[in-house]
Amino acid sequence: MKILKLIFKNSRRHLLRTFLTIVGVAIAVTAFCVIRSAIDAWYLGSQAASPNRLITRNAISLTFNIPLAYKEKILKVPGVVDVSYATYFGGVYIDPSNFFVKFAVDHTNYFKMYPEYVIKPEEWEAFSRERNAVIVGRGLADRFGWEIGEQINLVGDIYPGDWNFVIRGIYTGAKENTDEQTWFYRFDYHDERLRDVSPVRAGQVGSFVVQIDDPGQAAPISSAIDKLFVNSLAETKTETEEAFMLSFVAMSSQLILGMRIISYLILGVVLLVLANTMAMAARERIKEYALIKTLGFRTPHIVGLILGESIFIAMVGGVVGILLGLGVLPLLETALVAFLPKIPLTTLTISLALLASLLVGLIAAAFPTFKAVKTRIVDGLRAME
Amino acid sequence: MAGNAVQLENVFKSYYRGRLEIPVLRNISLAIPEGEFQGLMGPSGSGKTTLLNLIAGIDRPSQGKVVVCGEDIGKLSESALARWRSRHIGFVFQFYNLMPVLSAFENVELPLLLTKLSGSERKKQVETALSIVGLSDRMSHYPNQLSGGQEQRVAIARALVTDPDLILADEPTGDLDKQSAEDVLTLLSRLNKEFKKTIVMVTHDPRAAEKAQSMKHLDKGELQAA
Repeated sequence: MKILKLIFKNSRRHLLRTFLTIVGVAIAVTAFCVIRSAIDAWYLGSQAASPNRLITRNAISLTFNIPLAYKEKILKVPGVVDVSYATYFGGVYIDPSNFFVKFAVDHTNYFKMYPEYVIKPEEWEAFSRERNAVIVGRGLADRFGWEIGEQINLVGDIYPGDWNFVIRGIYTGAKENTDEQTWFYRFDYHDERLRDVSPVRAGQVGSFVVQIDDPGQAAPISSAIDKLFVNSLAETKTETEEAFMLSFVAMSSQLILGMRIISYLILGVVLLVLANTMAMAARERIKEYALIKTLGFRTPHIVGLILGESIFIAMVGGVVGILLGLGVLPLLETALVAFLPKIPLTTLTISLALLASLLVGLIAAAFPTFKAVKTRIVDGLRAME
Repeated sequence: MAGNAVQLENVFKSYYRGRLEIPVLRNISLAIPEGEFQGLMGPSGSGKTTLLNLIAGIDRPSQGKVVVCGEDIGKLSESALARWRSRHIGFVFQFYNLMPVLSAFENVELPLLLTKLSGSERKKQVETALSIVGLSDRMSHYPNQLSGGQEQRVAIARALVTDPDLILADEPTGDLDKQSAEDVLTLLSRLNKEFKKTIVMVTHDPRAAEKAQSMKHLDKGELQAA
């Protein structure tokens, strides 16, 4: 028999209490993992950004477009390799709950600037040939069961009217964190419709994607682009793609901060739960600690027994919590696919969850351990009579 | 000629309730020779258990010198005292104090975990100790599966498994029926006679006292003249 065996046997002494404590720790760790993973998902877009791409948009707000004519001027800025553009469409597919992101893009070069979207050559050719052709992500196609050649109608809201499309391509992500939930259609089709129904809105794009040759020159190139349009009707703001994506995250910064605080509060609550369990256990066993001290066991043994049990319970709860998280996150991903296409449980989050479990186990046992060590043998023995 | 297993010189012990000093032992001087079966009797509150605790090194005197098995234990640190106890003292309690989550075997093995013995050596010693107390067939039983007398015999096996110089028994028959008490006393007597163990036994029970080779009486913290 070893001390570890005694720790294990002690933890099983009040099986229901230990079980409920483990469940409590597990639920808290699951919540911690889910919240942290959701926060990570928020940042996933910025992590997927390329350092070679800048985004130029209206300086006032993203909701205002900028003239398509800016493209030629931007192309002349030293260091700029290519320029493409995209316009956010909005629109509803059957029901507003079927939300997904839709962009009208420059079909001639947009996908060349985004090599992370992998498209079969024949699908690319089909997309180039047909004005109302669409390329959608594999995840989006799977979500609605779409196939190549399928006719899709959207009802416009930002750009009103019925819009008819045909799916000609399905892209896959080259990287793990590449979004596969987006719909791309051709800007020339979009602009052609606007010229007919709302000419004043034609010839405008939401943003330019600017490919540069040297990421180290991103700041001066951005500055040079914006200088071109100072005092114009549509001044621009140019920034790296990563900064652009992070500006979306910043819009939710208070929410993210709140989520972070909640994740730590949850750990605090579970710390109290485990501390209570350990305090009860240590109080019940104060006479046994006195006994084993009488037998010659010393302070490190008592510390090992109590800390060991606390850490054992916390770590079992932590591991169960992580496994639960692995089960829950795909469900959450399915439910939130339109907003957070990927909710990854990263190695860092798993490590943090295990570390948090270890710390909770250590801290929860601190007071009971101190009390058990400080109790004199004769007082402990008296407690049993 | 054998020396003294226990030597107490002018020992005082007081407890404090707030600032109020409560004297428990007053000027105790006592010598117990090696190999002796020493009984300690006295009314409740006379200081018997406190005296036993001082001899066991689980409490310290307020004043005076306690030499046990040749060691002035008042000079030992807590850690050294714990090591000393594990080598020299076997303790038998009135209420057995077995660990409820451990089997009889594991309870007896507990003190051996502090030694450098291998698993097989520990097993051999535990089996020997349990056979001495007549519980070879109860090794895998847990305390709640044993009678009071059997539990106390397991406790005695635990006390002797490290082959200590001194066995201290605090009312070992106080919670037992007549037959079980007789069995335990016979066992202690045998340990003293066959295995030459020095035994100090605190008891209220006159029949238990009869087993001791010599008897000392405590009253109001003072040793009474024989």
